[in-house]
This record gives sequence, C-alpha cells and structure tokens, in this order.
Amino acid sequence: MKDILAELEERREAARAGGGERRVTAQHGKGKLTARERIELLLDEGSFEEFDMFVRHRCTDFGMEADRPAGDGVVTGWGTVNGRMVYVFSQDFTVFGGSLSETHAQKICKIMDMAVQNGAPVVGLNDSGGARIQEGVASLAGYAEVFQRNIMASGVVPQISVIMGPCAGGAVYSPAMTDFIFMVRDSSYMFVTGPDVVKTVTNEVVTAEELGGAKTHTSKSSVADGAFQDDMEAMMEVRRLIDFLPASNREKPPVRPFFDDPARLELSLDTLVPDNPNQPYDMKELILKLADEGDFYEIQEDFAKNIITGFIRLEGSTVGVVANQPMVLAGCLDIDSSRKAARFVRFCDAFEIPILTLVDVPGFLPGTGQEYGGVIKHGAKLLFAYGEATVPKVTVITRKAYGGAYDVMSSKHLRGDFNYAWPTAQIAVMGAKGATEILHRAELGDAEKIARRTRDYEDRFANPFVAAERGFIDEVIRPHSTRRRVCRAFASLKGKKQQNPWKKHDNIPL
Amino acid sequence: MFDKILIANRGEIACRVIKTARKMGIKTVAIYSDADRNALHVRMADEAVHIGPAPAAQSYIVIDKVMAAIRQTGAQAVHPGYGFLSENMKFAEALEAEGVTFIGPPSGAIEAMGDKITSKKIAAEAGVSTVPGYMGLIADAEEAVKISREIGYPVMIKASAGGGGKGMRIAWSDTEAREGFQASKNEAAASFGDDRIFIEKFVTQPRHIEIQVLADKHGNCLYLHERECSIQRRNQKVIEEAPSPFLDPATRKAMGEQACALAKAVGYTSAGTVEFIVDGNRNFYFLEMNTRLQVEHPVTELITGVDLVEQMIRVADGAPLPFAQGDLKINGWAMESRLYAEDPFRKFLPSIGRLSRYRPPEEIATKARAVRNDTGVFEGGEISMYYDPMIAKLCTWAPDRASAIAEMRHALDAFELEGIGHNLPFLSAVMDHPRFTAGEMTTAFIAEEWPDGFQGVTPGPEEMRRLAAIVGHMKMWKEARAARISGAMPNHRRRVAPDYVIFIGKERFPVHILETEEGTDVSFAGDGRYEVRSNWRPGDPLFRGTVGSEEMIVKTAYVRGGARIRWRGADLKAVVRTPREAELAALMPEKLPPDTSKLLLCPMPGLVVKIMVAEGDEVQEGQPLATVEAMKMENTLRAEREGVVSRVAATAGQSLKVDDVILEFE
Repeated sequence: MKDILAELEERREAARAGGGERRVTAQHGKGKLTARERIELLLDEGSFEEFDMFVRHRCTDFGMEADRPAGDGVVTGWGTVNGRMVYVFSQDFTVFGGSLSETHAQKICKIMDMAVQNGAPVVGLNDSGGARIQEGVASLAGYAEVFQRNIMASGVVPQISVIMGPCAGGAVYSPAMTDFIFMVRDSSYMFVTGPDVVKTVTNEVVTAEELGGAKTHTSKSSVADGAFQDDMEAMMEVRRLIDFLPASNREKPPVRPFFDDPARLELSLDTLVPDNPNQPYDMKELILKLADEGDFYEIQEDFAKNIITGFIRLEGSTVGVVANQPMVLAGCLDIDSSRKAARFVRFCDAFEIPILTLVDVPGFLPGTGQEYGGVIKHGAKLLFAYGEATVPKVTVITRKAYGGAYDVMSSKHLRGDFNYAWPTAQIAVMGAKGATEILHRAELGDAEKIARRTRDYEDRFANPFVAAERGFIDEVIRPHSTRRRVCRAFASLKGKKQQNPWKKHDNIPL
Repeated sequence: MFDKILIANRGEIACRVIKTARKMGIKTVAIYSDADRNALHVRMADEAVHIGPAPAAQSYIVIDKVMAAIRQTGAQAVHPGYGFLSENMKFAEALEAEGVTFIGPPSGAIEAMGDKITSKKIAAEAGVSTVPGYMGLIADAEEAVKISREIGYPVMIKASAGGGGKGMRIAWSDTEAREGFQASKNEAAASFGDDRIFIEKFVTQPRHIEIQVLADKHGNCLYLHERECSIQRRNQKVIEEAPSPFLDPATRKAMGEQACALAKAVGYTSAGTVEFIVDGNRNFYFLEMNTRLQVEHPVTELITGVDLVEQMIRVADGAPLPFAQGDLKINGWAMESRLYAEDPFRKFLPSIGRLSRYRPPEEIATKARAVRNDTGVFEGGEISMYYDPMIAKLCTWAPDRASAIAEMRHALDAFELEGIGHNLPFLSAVMDHPRFTAGEMTTAFIAEEWPDGFQGVTPGPEEMRRLAAIVGHMKMWKEARAARISGAMPNHRRRVAPDYVIFIGKERFPVHILETEEGTDVSFAGDGRYEVRSNWRPGDPLFRGTVGSEEMIVKTAYVRGGARIRWRGADLKAVVRTPREAELAALMPEKLPPDTSKLLLCPMPGLVVKIMVAEGDEVQEGQPLATVEAMKMENTLRAEREGVVSRVAATAGQSLKVDDVILEFE
C-alpha cells in the first residue's frame, strides 16, 4: 500500500511538472503561463479537480514510445468560478508543443461529454502547435471527435475558447464553433495556413501577427470576440464573463446580489439625444447608465462598431444588449454589424438571456460593396435571429428607426414584448428629406416648396406617435426613467413562455 | 422696488443673480443665445428671451438686442453680471436714455475707470498708492539712473510699445539700470520701431489683493475687506480667498480707506473692486478698478454675511446702505475654487463636450462650516466652446483658514465630474501644497511650483496605505458579493480568502483583511492596521468613510482588472490580487502603452471636416493638418513638430471620439 501511495505521489509530481523546468522557463520567457497556472487563475482557489492525469499516448512510430509523458499535453478537469461549476481543458505547450494526439483529444472529449451531461460550461485554453504529426490520421480523427462534440454541445452549454498561443490549421475549427473566442495580445495567433504556406502559394508576405494575431481577429476578421493584455487579464475576464452566463440551456442565467436601485433616475438621459438629428451621440452612455452599477461586458468591441453587443445586469440578472451606435456610420446596419448582432442574439436566445435592444438606426448602408457582399442575406440573419428568439425582448427607440432597419431591430412585429420609444423617436420609412424628394419629385426645383414639404413630413412622422397610435410602440417613455421602465418590463417577463413550431432545425440564411 | 429685472448675462452669474432676485420677490428675465436654449439660467428665470446666435458678439454683447429684450418684457432694471456688457459705458448710457435702471455704477465711473492710464491718474490724485514710475521721455542712461534712484530699486525698465517681455529689464543697481536702459532701448527700436522707454517700481513677491467696495447714492461708501487672488495661471484667477492670510489690520484699513477714497472720487455707486498689487513688505499699489461684480464675490459674502447682489439691487433702487463700516466684521475664512473645463494633464487645454456626470457636493450652511457651489450647468448639459470654460465656483467657509482648506479638500474629493477634462485634480493639488497652506503665495505661485505643467499627484506613503486599505475594503465587498451568485454548487460555495496583495500606483502592499460587524480591518504585512468603516457598496462611485480616524472621500470606478482611484489630485489604478495571483502576475510581460507622440489624435469628440495632408506629405511645425467640427465650430489641428505623414487614419465626414487617431507620422 505504501508503495502505491509513494508511486501515486511520484506520478502526480511527474504529471504536474509538465514538459520540465527548462520548457516551463521558456514558456514564462514568452510571457505565457503554463497550462496549470492558467487553470489556477481561472478557477476558485483550490477548486480544480483533474481528470486523466496519468493518460499517455500510444504512439510507437518515430521513436515516440520512448517519450510518453503523463497527461499527454493537455490538463483537463473541472472546478468552480464563484462556486459555479465549469469544465476546463488547458493545452500544455511544454509537452510536445501542446500537440493534439488521439489520447489528448480523448481527454478533451471526456470533459466535454461530462459538461453536456451535467450542464456546465466548457472553457478551452488553447496553446498548441497543431496535430501530433507522428500519429498521422489518428490525430486528425482526434480533432474531428472534438469538433463533433463542439457541435453537439453548441446551444446546450456555453463554450468559451481562449487562444493563448499558437492555434493553426485544423485546430482552429474547434474554437471556431464555440460561443466565444478570446485572444491574448502579442502571444497568440490563429490561422488556417501560416505565413510560410501563404508565401509559397500566393507570394503574399505577412507576419503571423498580421495574419492571425489578436488585432486582426478582433478588428478585421471578427473571428475573435475580444482581446486581452496578457494571460492574467484573460483569465480574470473569462471569470467575469462566466458570471453573466447560465451553466446550460436547462438553467436560467445567474442572479447576483445587487446594490443599484432599479428605479434610479438618470436626468442626464433627457439631453442625450442632441437637438440636431444629424449629430451623433454615444450610445454607450445609455447602456452604462441603464446597467446595474454601470457594469457592461462588451462582445466584439473592436468590430463593426456601428452596433454594440454585450452583457449587462438589471436587478442582478443578465441581459444581452444590442444597440445601434450613432457615433459610427451613423449607426446604420451593414453586413458586418448584422452578422455580429445576429450571432449575439442567437446566443442569448439559446441560453435564455433576455434581450434589450436600443435603436437609433437610419437604415441599411447603401452601395455596391454592400450589395455585392450580400447585405440582403446578412441583414436577413439579424432579422431571422430576432424573429425566432423566444426570450423576453424589450426595445427602446431613442431616435431614428427608419425603413427595413426599423423592422429588423426587434420591432413589435417580430414578437417584441415591450417596445418603448423616447419622445425623440422618429419611426418612418425614411428620413424627411429623402421621403420628400421621392414624394414630391416634381417640385424638386423649388427649394422653398421642398422645404415646406419636408417640414410637413417631419411634423407628420418625426415623432413616436404615429407608431404608438397603431400599437407598434407600447408606450412613449421619458429618457430619465428608462432604467426603471426597462427593469419593470423584464421583471414582468420572468414567466414568459413562447414556443416556435417543431422543426428539425430552421434554415437561417447562413 | 423693481418688479422685474433682466439679467444681461448667462451661466453661473445669471443663475446667481436670479437666486437673489427671487429671494427679494423680483421677477427675472433671462436672455439666451442659440447655444443656451436649454441652459440652466433660462430654466431658472421667470421669462427668457432669445437674442441670437451662439457667438457672444452676435448675441450677449449686442446692445440693440438686449435693449429689444428689455422693451419686450418691460424689465425695469438690468443686472449685467460680469464680462459681456458689464463695463460697457454705451450700454449704461443706452439704458439711461430709456429710463431703465442699470444695476451698477454710473456711466461716468465706468468711463473714468475704464482706461488704465486715466484711472491711475485719478487714483493718484485721490491719494491712492500707485506704482511709482516715470511716464515721461527719458533722454539717456544717466537720466534713467537718476529716475531709478528716485523710484528706489528694484525698478522695471519697459518699452512704451512693449509686450511679451521684449524690451523689458529689471534693474537692482545703477549699473544694471544703465545697461538695462540701453538694452531695452535697442530692443524696443528693433522690435517695435519705437524706442521710448519708461521706468517704474518693480514689485517683488507680488500678491494680488483686492478690496470690495459698496457705495450707495447717498454718499456712503464702505469697504467689505479684501480678497486675495494670487493663485493665478496666466492671469486667470484659479483660487481666491477672503480674508488674505498676508494682510495685517493696519494695511487692510489703509487699503480699504484708499479704495473708498477712489470710489468717492469718481462718484461710484453699487459694488466695485479696487485691485492692488502688494509686495513682500506689504507695500500696496493700485492696479485698476473693476466697476462690476467680481467672479470671486462669494468669498466676501461668506465672511461678511452681505448679499452683494441684493445690495446692488437695493442701491440701484436708491436705498441707502443698511450698515456702517463698523458693522462689517470679518467672520471666519472663505475659499473659492474655480472649476474649469480645462484639462490640467494636457497643458490646461480647454475641453468641451457633454457633462455625462455632474454631481457637486451638497451645499451646507451651518455655524461651523459652509459649502456653496455657484454654477450654470447641469448633468447632461454641454460645455460649449463659445463662452468662458468655467463650470462652477466651489466655495467653502469655516472659522479659520486651515479648516476652510480642509473643507475644500473634502468638497473637491466629493465633486463628481465626468465627460470632459477638468481641473479638479489641480485644485486639489493646490489645496495640499505646503506653500499654499502656509499662505506664502505670490502671483507666480503656479508658474514656480509647476514649471513643467501638472502631472498629477503622488500621495505620500501614509496616504497610499490608507488608499490601499480602502481598495482592500472594496475588494472584500466585491468578492463577498461575487461568491453569493445564484447557481453555485450547494455546500461547496466559494470561500473568500483574507490574504491579498494590493497594487496601487507604483506601490505594492501585502495585506490581511478581516471582515467585522462594522466594516473591515486591513492589516499590512510588517506593521499597521487600518479600520475601514463605510456604507460603500459595489457600484457606488464615491467611497465615503473613515480609515482609522481619518475621514476620506475617494472616487472609484471600474477599470478592466481593477479600480480607478481618484483622491486629492491623485489618479491611480489599483489592482488587488491573491498572493498566488500576484506571484503569477509578476511573470507577465510589461506592456507599455502605445506611443502616441507620432500620432495626431482627435482632441475632442467631433466630426472630421477636412484632412489637409496626404500620406507621404512633409509637414512643418504649425501647419494645419485637419479640421474637426465640434459644436458647430471648426477647429484646426496643427502639426506640433515637423514630420512626414505615414498614414491618414480618418476620413472627412467621420465622427471621432477623444483620442481617436487622425494621422500617423513616420
């Protein structure tokens, strides 16, 4: 017995050592933490329980049988974040460069299966050179096994990927199918093919950072949802995100004790919308003033800034926010913003997170760039996402709600539960100037007449009442009381039950 | 008494006058420009008349428009506030012509005091001490020496046509006077084509001290003691106080009596201010007389209990002053801090925009202390570029100077102001400056103490510990709350550990935090334990409480990974980590903030109107690079140094936030 205990300790010791002191030092030298150190930061102190610490690979080619480290390059297990269960895998770059073998994949699959079975999020910390080439197709099979589980877990438990080192080739597709991808600045990159292959095939010269660094993926490709300064910040921020998310689609989002008065008045909101309808204002101010304690977790902050997405809490409960940002492109919808918001809305709907939509949208962005890029189908994604969503939906129109974009932005007609408008709201087919120019084309030469026609149009439609008279707007509210009204609206929707007709799955215009 | 008065002004002073008028049962009329449509003074007044576009030259100072507003509303008297038309003789005359009372001095007094040379002459004739000097032509260096001796060293030798320090010399001896005269003459000839030179007494260790006078139409003139306004930045007053820590009763009396003599000499009525420059030996010399209510009048009101605006209105109505000189005692000490929309960290550049948060400290008036805030803004309002960048005048009063300063420190700490750059941190820094607390300032105080501009404040070691204790207290609250989230595994709740390492500014403090019934006790490794008591809850932007026996008000805000802590002019980032986290954090590479010296950043939220350069262009210092429109005004951004444009990051028509990149340089 004693021998066994001694051996256990020995084996544990060996597993914990990872790739050994030299490689750990090298990892630290790159500004990166080890797989286990990352887990320590992510989870509540002392809460981590490891699985498969003693798993070794079974490869015998290329002399691999001589080197069979315990754990096989990935640390897996579960623990808690503020007492709530999460499953985690953390690739160990110090062991075979974190490369994915058949057994490495099996370890990941095991905890993913458990996460789905037990209803808890999966956090994947990616730091891997790629496939274990020595294993050949067995490694590829391993990837596919993980992919299949990502797909099955999608919409069942939240899946969060953090790219904390290399993630290239087939490895990118597992994170790609998770709900959120975060990257660490300067020390992570993601691409399907690296700079060398790019050079060979296309003659393009590009660095790894330019091709697939955090900046590229958060601002250009929108592959990643956020970037963090370093490993420490990444783990702290993932903890913060987990506090917003339900453990699974079988549970309601978490509620946290709150100290912010739901009836708090914000008089400054009465002057948020400028007198001049063409002057921008910062929609984030409204979000921060509505949120409990001004706490806002933004998703895709650096991409398609004409729409804002992220999580806040109202009365301690998570709410997803989608808001047009008049500061950027006048807050219009375009390909990128529609895609960004559509994916966010679908995430919220999948996990029973109520959606607050703040509308100031002048329409869809015109132009060949947009049409050739398929804005019709991309815009339809957001429309589809809102229309199919059965979670509580509260909408506040602060200013413009023009044309098709009005319909899209969680309008009453898409089963919006509460559709509020500020007194500054203008709900119309288009702006007064454009409308007048179409309606009174014959008078275009007469500036005075056109000005009068424009004023007439403004008087008729530049207000929330036409829509309110038809019941498309439930109530016109004072900006300063928005927090109170929205909190009460969501409180009244706690028991909302709505079901879409049975189908195998829908056919959203992908 | 008047039934209705018009206030020919805007902002805080219009609001100030309306308050007193309302107290006296007088109806008020405000005037406003396009930019002030929603302004506080318009909301406060009984009536408001629109008088034109935003620029003051097209609205507030157009006499015809103000006269039309008076006729339209039937106002019987006009209070001009300060600035704008307050010292405009033509305006006073126009009112006289229409039989409307001007709540201010007679136009003759305005005229007499309006010209620097004339006013100095009148003052000298009235027996007021003026800076000794010789205004006539000086033939040669020997005459210059003779005159200098008569005046007494040190003297200032100045070019008549001078300006900007050119053709100016200070001489402490005959030799210096001789040399200085010749040098000034040469420089003046070269610079201005006019080599006339004059000599006057050079005032050493100058302090700006002014006397408030109040005169009625019955020949009574009283002085309401002095205000010291030595804390100035480029001739703009920043902090004022009453009384002056420098004057003795004899000097005060002499200055007061001379001020009244001058007022009487010009037939002055209403409130006025006689400004003096006072040297290190308490010699005082007349500078000028301001024939209006001063910005800094509240400090006088706080120490005398006299409502100056009320007295101005009563005097204008013909009433005699209700008190005599003997009744006007100095009671306690008052401080005034002028809050400006100027960013002290950006060389005090004016900052405009939306006041997304504006919560001044509560106004208090008790026997032991007072806090008064005169303002014309409100939360959600705009600070526009058309007018003076003053946001508010924050005043405190206490029985003595040290307590008044202490009150001011707390009031500044509690003042919440977001959305624009402002000088709150700088004001706090002055309040904590040993030279200021000792009362040893001159008009050069700011230039001498912050020669390279203001870079913020680093609290002392003891203060840092107290701030760290507060940060620890707040961290415990946040963690305890985090652990109470729903959905935690039953019986396996997270336990919040008591040991932390607090990083604040550049300091690092290992601590042990104990939660008690009353609050938290933060023990520092090695020594020191602080009891923190407060009603602060997560999300509160202000921590108010005690650390040990020290009362503290600290501003706090969420920043990624930690908290922003602002207190007494310090602006710090604080991060609290468990010991293990701290150990791992030490392995993280230090990431320097991006170098912005090669960027042209947008200084204010606005719309890009034009980019005047293209990629690859060489630019010279001062060359216009881009124009940004904010608040309907176009601002030209110029090159700070020469360079080559490597990238144009913004396009015309784009809306930018503060610090968005417009251009990059090689």
